[in-house]
Amino acid sequence: MNGAESAVVTVFREEWGRIVATLIRTTGDWDLAEECAQDAVAQAVARWPRDGVPRNPGAWLTTTARNHARNRLRRAGIEAGKLRELAALPDPEAPVDEAADSGIDDDRLRLMFTCCHPALPLEGRVALTLRTLAGLTTAEIARAFLVPEATMAQRLVRAKKKIRAAAIPYRVPPAHLLPERLGGVLGVVYLLFNEGYAAATGSQAIRGDLCAEAVRLARTLARLMPTAPEALGLAALLLLQDSRRAARTDADGELVPLDEQDRSRWDREMIEEGTALLDAALVRRAPGPYQVQAAIAACHATAPTSDETDWVQIAALYARLARMVPSPVVRLNRAAAVAMAEGPAVALELVRELDGSGELAGYPLLAATRADLLSRLGRTAEAARAYRAAIDQAGTDAERRLLARRLADLGPEEP
Amino acid sequence: MRYMLLICATDGEDAGPDDGTGMTIEQWVEEYDRRGIRLEGDRFAEPSDATTVRVRGGEVLLTDGPFADTKERIAGYDLLECADLDEAIEVASKHPMARAGMVEVRPFWTG
Repeated sequence: MNGAESAVVTVFREEWGRIVATLIRTTGDWDLAEECAQDAVAQAVARWPRDGVPRNPGAWLTTTARNHARNRLRRAGIEAGKLRELAALPDPEAPVDEAADSGIDDDRLRLMFTCCHPALPLEGRVALTLRTLAGLTTAEIARAFLVPEATMAQRLVRAKKKIRAAAIPYRVPPAHLLPERLGGVLGVVYLLFNEGYAAATGSQAIRGDLCAEAVRLARTLARLMPTAPEALGLAALLLLQDSRRAARTDADGELVPLDEQDRSRWDREMIEEGTALLDAALVRRAPGPYQVQAAIAACHATAPTSDETDWVQIAALYARLARMVPSPVVRLNRAAAVAMAEGPAVALELVRELDGSGELAGYPLLAATRADLLSRLGRTAEAARAYRAAIDQAGTDAERRLLARRLADLGPEEP
Repeated sequence: MRYMLLICATDGEDAGPDDGTGMTIEQWVEEYDRRGIRLEGDRFAEPSDATTVRVRGGEVLLTDGPFADTKERIAGYDLLECADLDEAIEVASKHPMARAGMVEVRPFWTG
């Protein structure tokens, strides 16, 4: 890829959401906004290699997209007499005013809240966020969620239609709705990250693109809402988790467990950015689940070696998280931390309680955790049975292979 | 933007919505009439009093009862004029039947 092409890709990633958000505000037309952003990118691809990359590529793309919108509206306006919308657009002849563009970030925030409106189905929120804010194509989103492209296109069409037909507002919600609605926005970004990180089904263990987009969105949210502790907490959490991406799989694409990862391959810059965001969140003294999870991730990220991990602190944080989020998965993670802090026997008791409750029936990590604990207690035959159950339930091939390795490591089973 | 609130009650459940929290129906009507948000509204007779009309092959066919025979029934409606969906959701969430039954917020066709 030559310089001009990579400049287009970089600017595209950074600017797409901004351009679409601004055009939606000025035209009220979601499809028009996307098409004009696309036209501007196509024009950059054609021109920059020939004419050179403009000094301010982002402003160039924005202005070009606005001109496309103005021209399209002018044509439509002559036919339909929609001059009101035309007048609402900024003067294309005016020089690009960088200071005036500071309002554009607010547009992106508006767009996030609208895309993640709770009146839209969750899958529509996720698709719309990736399409309009991250600029992924319908085909890319369809691939990421393992559905046919036509299905994904339908989701996007329906979501956009409902925004228009039901008059879902294009704005950052007023103060009394903000905490609840922000939770919804953060939830979508978190889901995106987890889709990429865990890749619940399929053969590819980590779909890095989704993780990268989620990190980008979380960073943007943290920058735009610096006084919202959970927005900072989510950005911190995702950065700290994603800092391990290079070390999570080996050369053959096999998953590498945390305690076996090469910590020199963890991304130090992301860890520093993540811990700084977490500190900024914690001083606001309004703890929430994302901040606690980020604190747990920070314990791992800042431990020089696996043996030096502060498991007592991690187990305490999981206990706190379990009080905030009554989820059996959190209790299972707590059990794994307790195993390290207080020994496998105590943890096995917690796992047995979870098992008895039936809340995690069929969840592969329950069997896998029980297997690990039994193995550490030297109860090899029971451990082998639990590993086999976990292998049957595992969602990805990489998980299955990791579990199979652990099963093999148990050695010969006693008769 | 106009929205219709379809007030839904569930058969077999007590229609008396007042659990002591939030507005009574009288307070709700008064509040949103005063603010010019509720344009009109009323309560329906029982679904068993309904007659469903179809014309097939030029013939008028009548059925006793509502067109959808479900446990849920539409007990009434309120017509709202709101700025956007958020306002309509807020008004609907204050309706006492949102606590006792449920309320569908349906925008009017805008083409």
